[in-house]
Amino acid sequence: MSGYSDVLDSKVPEGPIAEKWTNHKFNMKLVNPANKRKFEVIVVGTGLAGASAAATMGELGYKVKAFTFHDSPRRAHSIAAQGGINGAKNYQNDGDSVHRLFYDTVKGGDYRSREANVHRLAEVSVDIIDQAAAQGVPFAREYGGLLANRSFGGAQVSRTFYARGQTGQQLLLGAYSALMRQVNEGGVELYNRQEMLELVTKDGEACGIVCRDVITGEISSHTAHAVVLATGGYGNVYYLSTNAMMCNVTAAWRAHRKGAMFANPCYTQIHPTCIPSSDPFQSKLTLMSESLRNDGRIWVPDKFDEARSASDIPEAERDYYLERKYPAFGNLVPRDVASRNAKTVVDAGKGVGPLKNGVYLDFAEAIARDGEDTVRAKYGNLFDMYERITGENPYKQPMRIYPATHYTMGGLWVDYHLMTTVPGCYAIGEANFSDHGANRLGASALMQGLADGYFVLPYTIGDQLAGKLGSDPVPADDPVFKEAIADVNDRTNKWLAVKGTKSVDHYHRELGKLVWDYIGMERNKNGLEKAISEITSLEEEFEKNVRVLGSADTLNQSLEKVGRVSDFFGLAKLKARDALVREESAGGHFREEHQTEEGEAQRDDENFKHVTAWDWNGEGEAQTEHREELVFNEVPLTQRSYK
Amino acid sequence: MEKTMKLTLKVWRQEPGQNGKFQTYEAPGISEDMSFLEMLDVVNERLIEEGTPPIVFESDCREGICGTCNLMIDGQAHGPEKATATCQLHMRKYNDGDHITIEPWRAASFPIIRDLAVDRSALDAIQEAGGYITAPTGSASDANLTPVPKEAADSAMDAAACIGCGACVAACPNSAAQLFTSAKVMHMNLLPQGQAERWKRTENMVETMEEYFGSCTNHGECHEACPKEISLDFIALMNKDYVKSKIKNRKLSGQN
Ligand SMILES: Cc1cc2nc3c(=O)[nH]c(=O)nc-3n(C[C@H](O)[C@H](O)[C@H](O)COP(=O)(O)OP(=O)(O)OC[C@H]3O[C@@H](n4cnc5c(N)ncnc54)[C@H](O)[C@@H]3O)c2cc1C
Ligand code: SF4
Ligand code: FES
Repeated sequence: MSGYSDVLDSKVPEGPIAEKWTNHKFNMKLVNPANKRKFEVIVVGTGLAGASAAATMGELGYKVKAFTFHDSPRRAHSIAAQGGINGAKNYQNDGDSVHRLFYDTVKGGDYRSREANVHRLAEVSVDIIDQAAAQGVPFAREYGGLLANRSFGGAQVSRTFYARGQTGQQLLLGAYSALMRQVNEGGVELYNRQEMLELVTKDGEACGIVCRDVITGEISSHTAHAVVLATGGYGNVYYLSTNAMMCNVTAAWRAHRKGAMFANPCYTQIHPTCIPSSDPFQSKLTLMSESLRNDGRIWVPDKFDEARSASDIPEAERDYYLERKYPAFGNLVPRDVASRNAKTVVDAGKGVGPLKNGVYLDFAEAIARDGEDTVRAKYGNLFDMYERITGENPYKQPMRIYPATHYTMGGLWVDYHLMTTVPGCYAIGEANFSDHGANRLGASALMQGLADGYFVLPYTIGDQLAGKLGSDPVPADDPVFKEAIADVNDRTNKWLAVKGTKSVDHYHRELGKLVWDYIGMERNKNGLEKAISEITSLEEEFEKNVRVLGSADTLNQSLEKVGRVSDFFGLAKLKARDALVREESAGGHFREEHQTEEGEAQRDDENFKHVTAWDWNGEGEAQTEHREELVFNEVPLTQRSYK
Repeated sequence: MEKTMKLTLKVWRQEPGQNGKFQTYEAPGISEDMSFLEMLDVVNERLIEEGTPPIVFESDCREGICGTCNLMIDGQAHGPEKATATCQLHMRKYNDGDHITIEPWRAASFPIIRDLAVDRSALDAIQEAGGYITAPTGSASDANLTPVPKEAADSAMDAAACIGCGACVAACPNSAAQLFTSAKVMHMNLLPQGQAERWKRTENMVETMEEYFGSCTNHGECHEACPKEISLDFIALMNKDYVKSKIKNRKLSGQN
């Protein structure tokens, strides 16, 4: 295995785990305040990760240019996060600590993340809460005025901070306000409605980006000493997911094609409690908060193809399958276990609802026990939302739920500095692969995005920049920029010239079905091989037959989408290959061939205790596999069990 | 068993730099389970098949939180359902044979980009003018050192729930942005953390708002259209703070 590991240097500092970050901050090179102005940094993406990074680097004095394809930073997908953000404050005095958050995150990630990164994340988690509160994030409070907490995602301590059901919105508004303050003061130049379509490199180092103005179609070059990608996750490779419609992989994929290795694309989190799809034109799936599993009981009818409505099915003919299989955890088993079990019963023909594609989440017992008012006080908002979407009243009949793609743990490979394998190009937030291993715990994505943006990258970027003092960025008239612009224009002209018969959405939907069927909740060798060949033929058809109307010099949503879907095709193939070589089950990657006798995920620590990172070899060539061996000094490896 | 319907849509179409006009499209086979925007997706897919450029409209989260979607449906901003953004409106609210008129937000400060997409960057200009609390990264003290009365935190959250969609402006006969601005101003003015910059913030944000938007004459249409039911009380509170910001001797403002 050593043949794999020498390429990837994680740059994890020496020393005891709890001192690595502190010592490293001292050891890194600094850029003095007067010199920071001489450095230009591009940040692509202004969600939690990008907005916090751009604002902080602006405050430090760097010349920052921030880009988003949205009309305002406040629209980034981070806005949709509901549940909360973890922070190891131990305000509840229930035994929480940095070490416990670190431990839970490594274990929750099924031992596939880098210990040193996760420890740093847990350390800075406490600063994030202070930072957000100081910005005016209206976190929930107790009557005494102190911060309230709840427990989340199976954690045994209450460490989750929240702002009603809109935590992501409020944290993003906080980061956005810090960003706008910098825009006002001139520390950050904001470029809205600009879609990055190329990462530009010279002699292997990042030197800028090429963007398309989505309103005018103008293509422009932007130069810098460093480029930070904070462009979010790519769950929409499944077409249907809980992500916003515009989430995509293009920025990360373009960087991959320029040499940034792509790590662990097989790890995807499928969230168990979403509203099932209702018709073929469903455009996205809506998440119903995980907290519903605290009071709702999950069941399906015993009979196949049951035609009776839920209330007509007697208790004796119901299968409360999670309670039956996992008496200790019952309906509160982790996300991946709950999801897989729902798939099993639905595939067996016991699904409920008009399309037989859901399972019941039943509140009858909670309502009988606590009264409708209590249930309304806890979940009223969610019940209303459910009714608005389905037209069914969950106080009167059970909800129908089904798993949906929610989060992508894999992403651009980064070292301890959050730098990709392209020097000068960084990746933060959901776009990188870093801290969640094979499975992300609830309320940890917001934490990671803000940790990267506020507290990690603004330090680590200085180490690289310090070495460039006195050098100007590569100028925009350098041939490397001209080539990148020509590439973008060629692609645009190619898509407009196809003049096929089917819409971009048609192909995106078809691709999504393949990815869901073969690289979804359960994977096997046969299916994955099929996925690769079927995705390849669909891609060929797409390239010959997609129809993009209109022109390039104006707002053209089909043109925006066609590029994104094209990159999804590339990603989907890599995802299948990654799933194929990972001959074990871990977290969000379940290989049918690798399960225990009880049907649980079976890890293989001896052979797969590593990160898989893929290196681009050019169009039409297969990527090369590299490995970063993971070392577990602090958290002993154990097999998960929820029986 | 699923109900489908046939609708007739009158949709505003406008190319950049040209005058717009209404165009009529038939929309058969619409399922009652679809959302309003999925209905438009279906129409667009058919238009593409026919070779007609699809209708441009904006959306992203499709769950009522990002504030991107923005349609004027039968003269109502975000359509007929109360406290609901366009993307959360579902077709079961409609009947077979209905005629639906779909227009962009109409306001001088929201220029039309194309068809139903408008430019709402004036809202960001208001935010940039002072919609923040100066707290550079790393400067914060422990969060629990500043207790916030629960009532104050709740009320700040009520204001902060604004999604910045601009329906309030679109619904207002004067195209005023008071409801949006008051939500942004009061979110911060209500919190202890927001006190140091309270007067400057209010003054700057209100005056920037006035540069771009019309004047408020208390119609209340904004509140009716608002998907988050932002309260008109915030406008009253902002007006009070604005008046005070003009007389407040800031040298004494540490005393509150
Ligand atoms: C419904 C839902 C609920 C969630 N709830 C929680 C929760 O309770 N707790 C939790 O911790 N996590 C939660 N998550 C996960 C979490 O919200 C995300 O992982 C996180 O917000 C991602 O932040 P980000 O900054 O990395 O990316 P994003 O917020 O997705 O931002 C991406 C940015 O990149 C820009 N961008 C992308 N590509 C380009 C390009 N090519 N050119 C220019 N700009 C580009 C976009 O405009 C945007 O500004 C939830 C996710 C979903 C879907
Ligand atoms: S106040 Fe209401 S209508 Fe106005 S922008 Fe905010 S959410 Fe939209
Ligand atoms: S699309 Fe996000 S609020 Fe409607």
